[in-house]
Amino acid sequence: MKNNISLHTVAQISVFIVLSFSFYLLFAGHNNPGGGFIGALMAASAIVLLYVSFDLKTIKNVLPLYYPYFIATGLLIAMGTGVSSTLFGYPFLTQFFQYTTLPILGEVELTTALMFDLGVFIVVIGIALLIITTIAEDDE
Amino acid sequence: MLETVAWIVLMMLSVAIVLCFIRMIKGPSMFDRIVALDLLGITMIGFVGMIMIIQNTLVYVEVVLVLGILAFVGTIALSKYMEGGVVIDRDSD
Repeated sequence: MKNNISLHTVAQISVFIVLSFSFYLLFAGHNNPGGGFIGALMAASAIVLLYVSFDLKTIKNVLPLYYPYFIATGLLIAMGTGVSSTLFGYPFLTQFFQYTTLPILGEVELTTALMFDLGVFIVVIGIALLIITTIAEDDE
Repeated sequence: MLETVAWIVLMMLSVAIVLCFIRMIKGPSMFDRIVALDLLGITMIGFVGMIMIIQNTLVYVEVVLVLGILAFVGTIALSKYMEGGVVIDRDSD
């Protein structure tokens, strides 16, 4: 069809920038602006940029993902984080944190809220992309 | 000194935002509206940057990045819709 070479080039580079920014937002959350939800929306916008600049068939070959599995996996992770604190006698969704020193990053804060945010991340990215691809496939 | 200049720039940017908004509502063709919307997003990025200079803080950096990404993706989607009539192709061959 049309020769969108400049759009393809810009999309292929900027997708990685937007994806790394979304992971930054995921890990910056919980004490700073950010978090799982907005990070997942940024990751979804990166993949939507791929869908817009290429087409559904190409991206389905490149990223063979079935989005309903994302929703189930994310819900299981988020719910398991909540339930796991009840196994030790604490109330549901109690969060724990600890400061450790990692080789490159230095002193970091490891929380169980990060696992909950990861679950929210996977759920939101699955729902957003499922809705968008379902609407886009419908225009026949 | 820097703060005075920052307030003056803030006023000029707000005038620019109002002008972009007028063009977005009035624009004769749809392409004028798309370009005006993109320019509105970019001008808002500058606005947030000047507010960061005035308040001497860095907490709005994420706002700048999110506004830039959303303005970029929105402009591309609207332009593609105006050019081909469909936002996401099923098969481009």
